[in-house]
Amino acid sequence: MTCVHSFFQGCFVFKPSSKKRKTRSLGETCVNPKSKNITWIYVLLEVLQEELNKKILDSLLDFAKKCSTTRQHCDWASKMRANEIPTAALVLGVNVPDHDMTFQSLFDLLKHSVTPHVVSVQAKECGVLKHLLKRVLEGLMDVAVDDDDEEEMEQNPRSVHCSLSTLSDWYTAKTKKSSSATPGKKRNVQDEDEHHHHHQTPPVVIIFKDLEGFNPRVLQDFISICSRYIDRLPLMFIFGIATSPSTVQHMLPHSVSSLLCIELFQSLSCTQHLATVIDKLILTAQFPFKLNGKVMQVLISIFLYHDFSVRNFIKGLQLALLEHFHSQPLSILCCKKKEALLNVTLLSGRDLETVRQLPSFIRFVEKQEAGEQVKLMTDDDHLKEACQKLIKDLRKYHKSYYPVLRCLHTLTSLLPRYPLGKQIRELHLICLEKNVWENEDYQSAMKLLKMLAKDELITSLRKCSEILSSAKSKKMKKAFTELDELLAKFKHLDVQEEPESVTSPIRNLQQQKKTDLFQLQKTLLEMNESRRSKKKSPFELLRNEVVEFIDGLVTCHLPPPESQTLYEVCYYSSSATVRRHLNATPRTSIQTALSSPCFYLQNESLKNEDGTVSNSAPDICIAYKLHLECGRLINLYDWLEAYATVVSAAEGQDPDCDTFGKVDDVKHARFIRSVSELEFLGFIKSTRQKTDHVARLTWGGC
Amino acid sequence: MPKLLHHPGYADEKLQRVEQLIPCRELQAGMLVSLMGQPQHYSYPSIFIYGHRASGKSHVLHILMKELELPHAAVSCVECVSAALLYERVLTSFFGRSAASFLPRSPSLSEFVRLYRHQRSQSPAEQTRYIVMEKAELLRDADANLLPALLRLQELVDDNITVILLSEIVWEKFRPNTGCFEPLLLHFPDYSKGELQQILSTDSHPSYSAELYSSYINILLGVFYSVCRDLRELRHLAALNFNKFCEPLTEGKETHKLWRNIEPHLKKAMQTVYIREVSSLQWEQMQQTEDEGGALRGLSAHTHVELPYYSKFLLIAAYLASYNPARTDKRFFVKHHGKIRKTNFLKKNEKTSNHLLGPKPFALDRLLAIFYSVVDSRVAPTASIFSQISSLVTLQLLTQISHTDQLDAPKYKCSISLDFISAVSRTVNFDIVKYLYDFL
Repeated sequence: MTCVHSFFQGCFVFKPSSKKRKTRSLGETCVNPKSKNITWIYVLLEVLQEELNKKILDSLLDFAKKCSTTRQHCDWASKMRANEIPTAALVLGVNVPDHDMTFQSLFDLLKHSVTPHVVSVQAKECGVLKHLLKRVLEGLMDVAVDDDDEEEMEQNPRSVHCSLSTLSDWYTAKTKKSSSATPGKKRNVQDEDEHHHHHQTPPVVIIFKDLEGFNPRVLQDFISICSRYIDRLPLMFIFGIATSPSTVQHMLPHSVSSLLCIELFQSLSCTQHLATVIDKLILTAQFPFKLNGKVMQVLISIFLYHDFSVRNFIKGLQLALLEHFHSQPLSILCCKKKEALLNVTLLSGRDLETVRQLPSFIRFVEKQEAGEQVKLMTDDDHLKEACQKLIKDLRKYHKSYYPVLRCLHTLTSLLPRYPLGKQIRELHLICLEKNVWENEDYQSAMKLLKMLAKDELITSLRKCSEILSSAKSKKMKKAFTELDELLAKFKHLDVQEEPESVTSPIRNLQQQKKTDLFQLQKTLLEMNESRRSKKKSPFELLRNEVVEFIDGLVTCHLPPPESQTLYEVCYYSSSATVRRHLNATPRTSIQTALSSPCFYLQNESLKNEDGTVSNSAPDICIAYKLHLECGRLINLYDWLEAYATVVSAAEGQDPDCDTFGKVDDVKHARFIRSVSELEFLGFIKSTRQKTDHVARLTWGGC
Repeated sequence: MPKLLHHPGYADEKLQRVEQLIPCRELQAGMLVSLMGQPQHYSYPSIFIYGHRASGKSHVLHILMKELELPHAAVSCVECVSAALLYERVLTSFFGRSAASFLPRSPSLSEFVRLYRHQRSQSPAEQTRYIVMEKAELLRDADANLLPALLRLQELVDDNITVILLSEIVWEKFRPNTGCFEPLLLHFPDYSKGELQQILSTDSHPSYSAELYSSYINILLGVFYSVCRDLRELRHLAALNFNKFCEPLTEGKETHKLWRNIEPHLKKAMQTVYIREVSSLQWEQMQQTEDEGGALRGLSAHTHVELPYYSKFLLIAAYLASYNPARTDKRFFVKHHGKIRKTNFLKKNEKTSNHLLGPKPFALDRLLAIFYSVVDSRVAPTASIFSQISSLVTLQLLTQISHTDQLDAPKYKCSISLDFISAVSRTVNFDIVKYLYDFL
């Protein structure tokens, strides 16, 4: 998190000019709430990260502690299998970039509460056994240097004694020394003492961050070496696995895996992880910054389609946040209620002008009476008052939006085939887009709700009432009491209900001894009639009432944010920017640069109306343009000729002149350079199929 | 008890102690002792001992060296990542740490020999020195001159020294092309069932009688002997299941029912713990909780891998590229593939299935071409698509064939099974079998 932190600070150090202007007009108060807002988000994110990993880390810690204690047991059974190395297989999912954070916190936790001897290794540093050993030794003994005296280390030059016996000697020396308890160093005394109370021999933990990346051979050798020292050196392994636990069996033969005592730890799947993040950060009213539907869609699709990385999702959120505060001058109003109301009073004339031009505000003004319209457009103070009211309204909207959204989700997530999505984020996206109640799926969902069984309906309604009860706004309180009344009515039903004996036609049918086709048809028709005309049971009536109530809540509280006035203050909507930043398209940018150089160079003379490349474009653009006209194999000489002609035209030579289009040394050199640049960019490559020809590597062409 | 170990060079009581410590290996030990001869005599320069895993090779040597107090250096070749470590070990154990410190940073063999000779001149061998090298098969991967030199080290350093090589592989697989000094070969045969019984019975539980333990071992061997003769494994299994075996005893039941009680349990152990599906710790917990439902799933039960949407398609494309011949791509992925009819196309096909031959390498271009035709929506060629390919490589689902330095046209292979890919393609509603040449 620290790097992101500094990123955000950096953003404020290099304030763009527009920002500066604003700062001047608003004084100090403007920057403060914003930065406060942002830091608050970061704190929240950190807490969230810790929370997410807490469960699995705790169980790992327990495992480590258990291992170190069972080793000291002297009973027969544990002695018999003392030569197994305890190993935790930690399955983390394929989103490898997220793992670093987990491992870092695991590392810190282990160090803090179990053992000072922890080292984590990565596959890319350990191509051969020697490097792995070296990494392990360095990682462990460096700690020793920090903790204790340096003399010992100076005596043995490190690289010579790169073997586990050195480590085991070091370990025995260390444990012996610390058990003889020579206090002297101030820093670690307390820490060390703590260890002695718990256990004399803290385990040595080696974390393999990415098991898949390791060379199986190296790992096998390392494990078999380690098992030779297990009696002297209480080792413990943690394998970080990205794919599936069966990888362990693929990598290690039986002779090696029999040296390990593997226990499996499965972390939350990344989709669950994302659900928590969305739940805590996005579906909450306490946090004024919002994403609109499109940006949300971009972030979620990057997650689902590309990387499964929660960290990247959060990065995307942070990017959107920074972009919002950077590009939207009215974002000063995007903060806590009190500050927002205060900031409204501090708005400058220019800011108020921006407010007047907001599409949502224009819509709002159009609905007002004529006199009011004029007032809003001309009177600054009046506008400020109106703004304060509008900001309050927006907050109220949010306060009721999320509880109702959750209620609707609890109800619709029961329905078969999930008409409104399985996850709440899908429902949220639908609601952000347009009026949800106009959605066909919504209508079918409501129909299905009217057919729900009693117990299902009641349990989900109970959940809804819980959600509503935790909401704070007045409207939600009202809705809560209404729902409670409805629930009470359901309870009443239970008491009242009497077994009704209805002589159903089907029973008549059963009573008849012989059924012919005609009879059957008749009875079925009768049944149909009776069903249509049948009076609804009290439960059905009540159920309809409940569904109507929910429908009412939805139409009242779930209109899309675009319908709210001043929504631009809180909602970030530039999905293109986010996509451009997060989902880079290197190929497209190169092609844009080559086919229309003016896009990047911003040189007026390069612009051509018909989209073709002008003669005066950079050499590589001309060469690229010409190569597009060729087939799969390009004759270099023809290419050069064509190039020379174009360049001559650009130099303004007379087309009738003798030297026009002739290749001179300079042109030749320029051509060669652009061709090699194209080769470097991967558009062409040399080929041995034909002399003086290069092969085109891109599709298309004539 | 007849004394198998007897040698004029060593005290009888010492030999007797050795004999007690190495049950069922007296014959081999006797052979070794007579080969070693009297301590101050020169012994044969090199001895090669082979036998299967857990047939007591290291144990016998270790006990002999320790009990007879012979000067020796015990080295495991797996631990010696470089020859320097080996030299260092040897010098340290013979001449002390100071001798090893004279070694240069990456010493050659001749430097080691020179240093050894120098040290020997100061402290010559009063009795035969031994170098015991475990896992000697790894010496074959070391420098070509190391193994031949070790075999005649006695000659090279001109000292009373014997190198003993221990290996699971027969000597024929060691012999270098250039020829070398032939060591004496000594074979350690596998333990027989009776011998296993005898050895396993020695580590009996202190609170139960030795007889009971021995009968337990008998039952255990009855179940496991047909699949496993590895002493170490058997000992492990014996330790794990003994508590379960004793359960009826503590409950006061009759002894002869013990067998019926333990047998199904041992069979279950054979399917789980023995192949390390379940770790020993989990096995013990399972026994305590008596969870017969088998709620604990083994390692291989977890094969499901969650992947991002496009990664799944990339993997499918990679699989198709790996198992379909490139010339059939047109048939599968071009809508109007014109003249190539299914029938005459199939005539010239190869007899063997591509799935039997294993995955074939393919270029990145082909992978992407198949990917774009397989995936149902339009996908922009973004950086994340390319980075997904490399993350699939780090997850070991794809393997990069060409060297990582080669930037243009890298080649890959798909290293996943048909089961895996069918599971993946089911989740994206893609019928992979329809696109596989083998199943046409």
